[in-house]
Amino acid sequence: MAKHHVTATVNGDEVEFLCETEETLLDVLRDQLHLTGSKEGCSSGDCGACSVTLDGRLVCSCLVLGCEVGGRSIQTIEGMAAGERLHPLQQKFLEHAALQCGICTPGFLVAGKALLDRNREPTETEIRYWLAGNLCRCTGYDKIVKAVMDTAAEMRRG
Amino acid sequence: MRYEAPESLDTAVALLAGAKGDARVLAGGTDLLVQMRSDVVEPELIVDIKKVPETRAIAKENGGWRVGAAVTGAELREHSEVRATWPGVVEAANLIGSTQIQGRATMGGNLCNGSPAADSVPALIAAGAIAAVAGPKGRREIPVEDVMIGPRKLSLAKGEFLVSFFLPPRPKGSGDAYLRFIPRTEMDIAVVGAGVNLTVDGSGVVTAARVSLGAVAAKVLLVPDAAQAIVGSRLDAPAQERLEAAARAACRPIDDKRGTVEFRTQVAGVLTRRAALIALERARGH
Amino acid sequence: MADTFTTTFDQAQSYVGTRTVRPDGLDKVTGRARFAADFDLPGQLVGRVLRSPHPHARIVSIDTSKAEALPGVKAVITRDDFPDQSSEFVPAGEMMMNYRDVVRNVLAREKVLYEGHAVAAVAATSVAIAKKALKLIDVTYEVLPHVIEVREAMAPNAPLLHEDLFTVGVEPKPDRPSNVAKRIEIGHGDIDAGFAKADVVVEREFNTAPVHQGYIEPHAALASTSEDGSAEIWCTTQGHFIVRAHCARLLGMDIGKVRVTASEIGGGFGGKTVVYLEPLAVALSKKAKRPVKMVMSREEVFKSSGPTSGANVKVKIGAKKDGTFVAAWAELKYQAGAFQGSPVQPGVMCAFAPYDIENVKVIGYDVVSNRPKVAAYRAPGAPISEFAVESVVDEIAKKLDIDPVELRLQNAAHEGTKAAYGPKFGPIGLEETLRSVKKTDHYTTPLQPWQGRGVASGFWFNIGGETCVSITVNEDGTVSLMAGTPDIGGLRASLANVAADELGVPYDKVRPIIGDTGSVGFNFLTGGSRSAFSGSMAVVEAAKQIKDDLCRRAAKLWEMQPDQVEFVNGYVKPIKENDKAKPMSVADMAKVAGKTGGPIGGVGRINAQGAGPSFGTHLVDVEVDPETGRVTILRYTMAQDAGKALHPSYVEGQFQGGAAQGIGWALNEEYIYGPDGKLQNAGFLDYRMPVASDVPMIDAIIVEVPNPRHPYGVRGVGETPIVPPMAAIGNAIEQATGIRFSELPMSPPKVLKALKEKGLNKPVTGTGTNGGSGKHKH
Repeated sequence: MAKHHVTATVNGDEVEFLCETEETLLDVLRDQLHLTGSKEGCSSGDCGACSVTLDGRLVCSCLVLGCEVGGRSIQTIEGMAAGERLHPLQQKFLEHAALQCGICTPGFLVAGKALLDRNREPTETEIRYWLAGNLCRCTGYDKIVKAVMDTAAEMRRG
Repeated sequence: MRYEAPESLDTAVALLAGAKGDARVLAGGTDLLVQMRSDVVEPELIVDIKKVPETRAIAKENGGWRVGAAVTGAELREHSEVRATWPGVVEAANLIGSTQIQGRATMGGNLCNGSPAADSVPALIAAGAIAAVAGPKGRREIPVEDVMIGPRKLSLAKGEFLVSFFLPPRPKGSGDAYLRFIPRTEMDIAVVGAGVNLTVDGSGVVTAARVSLGAVAAKVLLVPDAAQAIVGSRLDAPAQERLEAAARAACRPIDDKRGTVEFRTQVAGVLTRRAALIALERARGH
Repeated sequence: MADTFTTTFDQAQSYVGTRTVRPDGLDKVTGRARFAADFDLPGQLVGRVLRSPHPHARIVSIDTSKAEALPGVKAVITRDDFPDQSSEFVPAGEMMMNYRDVVRNVLAREKVLYEGHAVAAVAATSVAIAKKALKLIDVTYEVLPHVIEVREAMAPNAPLLHEDLFTVGVEPKPDRPSNVAKRIEIGHGDIDAGFAKADVVVEREFNTAPVHQGYIEPHAALASTSEDGSAEIWCTTQGHFIVRAHCARLLGMDIGKVRVTASEIGGGFGGKTVVYLEPLAVALSKKAKRPVKMVMSREEVFKSSGPTSGANVKVKIGAKKDGTFVAAWAELKYQAGAFQGSPVQPGVMCAFAPYDIENVKVIGYDVVSNRPKVAAYRAPGAPISEFAVESVVDEIAKKLDIDPVELRLQNAAHEGTKAAYGPKFGPIGLEETLRSVKKTDHYTTPLQPWQGRGVASGFWFNIGGETCVSITVNEDGTVSLMAGTPDIGGLRASLANVAADELGVPYDKVRPIIGDTGSVGFNFLTGGSRSAFSGSMAVVEAAKQIKDDLCRRAAKLWEMQPDQVEFVNGYVKPIKENDKAKPMSVADMAKVAGKTGGPIGGVGRINAQGAGPSFGTHLVDVEVDPETGRVTILRYTMAQDAGKALHPSYVEGQFQGGAAQGIGWALNEEYIYGPDGKLQNAGFLDYRMPVASDVPMIDAIIVEVPNPRHPYGVRGVGETPIVPPMAAIGNAIEQATGIRFSELPMSPPKVLKALKEKGLNKPVTGTGTNGGSGKHKH
């Protein structure tokens, strides 16, 4: 059984890989491209730890096949900072202590950024429902939501 | 396991019809990949239909809307016209899973996965949506309520797949709504789902209605008795009681890890009434 | 070690108590941080486990020959690869376990005792081959009847898990085995006399379903062995020294030859204080002569790791009209899972600990049944017993028409109270937390119909334990700090705060890491709310050694006696001002380290004593939808005694995280077993943990009643937060509905059923549309 030969763009860089049909985008990112920032928490789309954006759309990478992403553009947590400059949301997560163990953090950052890219004035309720697909067991979500709200406010101030 | 991404309808049909072993249609993949990962299904062939243009288009048609089977919930949400015309259908599709799931999940996949608890299906049935199906014998149309005949059982023949949904033209004074009960606020599979679509005349009397219930039987139900209970009324308290009773009477649920027979039946009535009231509000708003 | 300490508080910049940015934070927000599944070694193999499909069965035979013959399979292991272990109890976090049971839990020997029990494991060159190999292993089972629920397991003719389990703690000793491993009892006073004096007596029975710690990162381990009998392990664990000890013991290796590196850990909450994959990975690696990496799937985590007990609890409290508690009795029956060792002991000890009661008797039973062996879960045992007690206390408050906070204040344990489990409390902060909560505006905000407010308090003892921290001052004056307890929630930041203050160096010049077992001395695991408490104590000790040493070195340089030199605010200086002896900073001294004796460093090696208990009080508002039974948490406030918050953000984080877990435990989390003994909800879809939209902001009030036995007054805080929520929520639901729920979780079908029985399930007047998805505006 021949593997699929796929070229795609990941965090702005062109990448090439081979994958079996059943390998997910998450498998490819972690095992082939060695981008281990996206995490595997459940493999069933229920925890959001594997969140990436696919052509700007927030998705669970465990629910996308590697062979589906030919010619598409993927953004992972590794592409969130601009070189040494953190994205404001990353900075606010640190300031607000919005992470404890940190395993869910990449997923939350990707999901949070996807929200702020669309909506600069999310209410607390909108933030909570947008992020409902990202499980956190450590923080109780309080500081995460505050970090997102604070980032939105800062981004509005320009 | 083979993966094919045909770019035309005919190629897709040929692949599915000609498959030797288990062939699966891939749209959003939010059900299929989970089943593959847990070895519930082991397809020999995956046919990704997302490159077939008809499955991804949203277009006006004869006063109604044709929505491709592989349009995602998120895309539907972002389409302001469809959202304004069919808020119930759009909100139902956007209750599936999470933001990440809605970024991929499609109404076609939601229906063809064959779960009686599918969120978008009661709203589609209440809307009177028609499924357009393509297969080796050509094209045909099926009312959505006739597509799923049991858990994981569809009325599609081998080689057939769902191409698009047709949402019929909307009379003035119409509104639809979908509500579901889940134990948390998001993420759960519906324990009960209720879709109501109705039309009121200038004086506020319900002239037409369709009511559909999910997760309370082996398939998603169209409940004509419930519709009858409110047609000709203003959805006053007695009409609401009749509606609830008719909804409860239609339920044939099971006890499982998500809900009991008693709970589902009781809540089906409650949600049908609540959804009808929202639909009414929306109908008046138009 | 002296029992009292003085600290250097009068310095220019103090970090303890401030919200510094954690040193490991950047790696975690950029995806660089390496968790166990992120490690790879060249040549590594994939390891997978074959697990029992039956909840209870005798293993008749295991035939691995076909699997071994499959190309790409490099090793297969079964019980034959692990020597049997004699009976020996060792601490596992705050619980005890027996090596004889550990070896059987790691790989089944005579029987499989739960669905998911490991039976064999393979190492292969790919996932596909490993999965195929598992299918080729032939296990013949003799299926046996199973029992899961605790009272059923205690019944006289229940299926027996262990033929050699005779209840300890009953007289006369039983002559027949049973599923009851142990009976324990604590108490003081005269319970019957106490109840005789009571004006009101409330007796209730509660049942709680088992729950899982729910860490987002599945268990994962990578092991690499060498021909000389040594092994390296990278794993996600709360205690890498414990992993080392267990692997060495189970595989007959020298402890010194096993080197374990704790990866970043994606949550543990007690569930990663024991071993599952690590001994398997080492054994496979030994056989295959290549590194072996093993990662659990989410389903395996639910079925095959260590969720906590389900339980049956009876509580009876008697009080006088004026509210004084005069007698308190409880009987706890906890599931241990497949092998003995539930947290019934701490459950018994904590039950009435918040109160000063003259007559107390608590009995507990440790009961085995056919589900996974339970592991610790945040304040193990206490959330269950205190849920029951705090619910009854609430009922008494309502019966006597006394404010529930006032009732608790009246009976609160305070300094000098003799706890039912033995010791006398030193200074404690229960009363302060009660008063804090009562003072909030949350407490007096008016409620609408179908809304209710509940309050509950909670307690956890906290522990100290063996701790080793080494501090090195580098040539450029930066400070390397090596701790040995995995950092789950901000430990490195907290310890860096302390080291920076102790040595008077800027926070960002302190680099804390968690050392592997080969680099730092023995550390007990992260658990028991001990890591900041003990770690900071060890930091103070190590820093003291450095400061004393710097004074000696300076004295030499200045040709003085060491007792003429002191260390103040980051500088060594002569006690009497002296032109020839200018004060020197730590960085200055570092430059002349070689000249003054060599490398500068200190090691704090302690068995930390004096852990102070942490009390908390939680206040919650709920709204109940009477037509569906859905409970919404509207508002949450909590106050807890931290002694001294080394890093307030991470203390608040522990508070909020524990509260959220308690909310899940209260409302929706439960293990659902079918009549076939198999778990029906082994995934995050149907094991329903709170998501962001399920909870409001959680207002955390840090109370500080210093622990006099710690240099900074620190108390452990990590566990108490999970203790009060279930009762607080149950009490709030009672106020909203008039119905007391005695079963956890208080899920919608149960709530609706109870409301319907009382004819209360009517729409809230004036609206027809309450409820439905909150995110859609109608």
